[in-house]
Amino acid sequence: MKPKEEKSRIPDMIARRESDLLADWTREQLAATTLRSDLMRESELREQSRQFLNLMIRAASQQLSLNDINAPAWEETREFLSSISRSRAHQGFTPSEIATFVLSLKQPLFTMMRQELEGDPRKLADEMWVATTLLDKLGLFTTEEYQKGREEVIRRQQQELLELSTPVVVLWEGVLALPLIGTLDSARTQVVMESLLQKIVETGAGIAIIDITGVPTVDTLVAQHLLKTVSAARLMGADCIISGIRPQIAQTIVHLGVNLTDVITKSSLADAFAVALRRAKLVITRSENHG
Amino acid sequence: MERIPILKMGDYLLVTIQVDMHDRLALTLQDDLTERIARTQARGVLIDISSLEIVDSFIGRMLGNIAAMSRVLDAETVVVGMRPAVAITLVELGLSLPGVRTALNVEKGMSLLQGARAEQENVNGRGER
Amino acid sequence: MAVVKDETMSIKSSEDVVRVRQVAREYATAQGLSLVDQTKIVTAASELARNTLDHGGGGTVRLEAINSEARRGLRLTFEDHGPGIPDIELALKDGYTTGGGLGLGLSGAKRLSNEFEIFSRVGQGTRVMITRWK
Repeated sequence: MKPKEEKSRIPDMIARRESDLLADWTREQLAATTLRSDLMRESELREQSRQFLNLMIRAASQQLSLNDINAPAWEETREFLSSISRSRAHQGFTPSEIATFVLSLKQPLFTMMRQELEGDPRKLADEMWVATTLLDKLGLFTTEEYQKGREEVIRRQQQELLELSTPVVVLWEGVLALPLIGTLDSARTQVVMESLLQKIVETGAGIAIIDITGVPTVDTLVAQHLLKTVSAARLMGADCIISGIRPQIAQTIVHLGVNLTDVITKSSLADAFAVALRRAKLVITRSENHG
Repeated sequence: MERIPILKMGDYLLVTIQVDMHDRLALTLQDDLTERIARTQARGVLIDISSLEIVDSFIGRMLGNIAAMSRVLDAETVVVGMRPAVAITLVELGLSLPGVRTALNVEKGMSLLQGARAEQENVNGRGER
Repeated sequence: MAVVKDETMSIKSSEDVVRVRQVAREYATAQGLSLVDQTKIVTAASELARNTLDHGGGGTVRLEAINSEARRGLRLTFEDHGPGIPDIELALKDGYTTGGGLGLGLSGAKRLSNEFEIFSRVGQGTRVMITRWK
């Protein structure tokens, strides 16, 4: 017969022995080799520990079993751990150091539980199992939150990099060139195209040459972005020439059914430049001087 | 009633749209311009939309209508100053503004208008309209 | 997902359409959308507001600034108790027009948004919901 599930006594025990437990835990954290006293003051550490214990008591006493930290009862605790995780990540803690905040509670907790459940080894074993799995889950949660925080930072930095690297070149008065290099992805293409249009406004250029000699492959999305840019430039009053379309790309474009009939294309940047000059009614003449 | 002002610059009319127009105002502009072109026998119309942050299908159609109507009245229309974000959005919207010539700014727009006029007079072989 | 700010505006005149554009722009800016994305959602709002007025006999728009775990965005819900759209699929086909230009507005708004939902029943009205994420 399966024993009736008993409510865990952990929340009660912690509540009763809170100040002792807090003192032990804080001492444990301060003594750890992973302590970053350079990054965090002792008072701050104490305060965070106190808050966490409080939240744990509140969350744990709402539930019969303590094994689902995604339940609503644990929402406040999760939010707290999430904000600690992100702020510590921001301060420069490693994910292990952050997880240690939670995991270091195990030892003092077990010590207290051994004292409280001295006469009942079976109960002690059960409760220790509950406690260790709970703290493991919470510790892992902080690592996940750390990961999320890092991904946000990376995404932001990528965006900033994209915006900074706008390789639009003024070839001649009124003629811009945008030499694209490397594999284009949808996001990068959009950003680069927007900056081309912006440069057209800033320089008052009537012609922009988009050179894709350095682009190995073009997929439908990128081809569409290119065409949209050409259309947008035309609406603004500027013309675009796409140059450097290699045979492989030409084949891909035809296969994808992309319609290039409205767009001027030239195989080389030099040819495109010649067309641009003609349109701008500029002529280059060789000087007669010798030296 | 509020109206968008239309300026006369020699043989050309200049309209600068600086407010977020509601539909009635846009239609009034359309009517006013048509009437003005006919009355002054203007050779061309320059519409400056550099202040417009939004051009939706209604305004787009208005511009197209103005271009079409002025052509019937033997005048050219050039729209200038479209912002990049507006251009990108119009393309996404699927509006290509057929029959509407565009230029980057008023200066280029004017030379486009004057050039177009000169070309037309060459083709016609005479200086009269 | 949380709605951090919301309001409902009535669309009864063409001045209201302008006001909707302005308020949608405020929400888009507050949610940190890029200039191009702002322009797209405000233009979509303009199209749908005009539809609500011209074809729906007037109605309302509910603007909501929404924050989910991973991103922030703006949701607009246009509602009218007008004649409704008999054939939504046809209405969404590009270039379709009832002679009043309903088609381009709907399909255009769809293209300019990240999410698009439409419910319509003949004789009861139409509801269109668009969302743009940062």
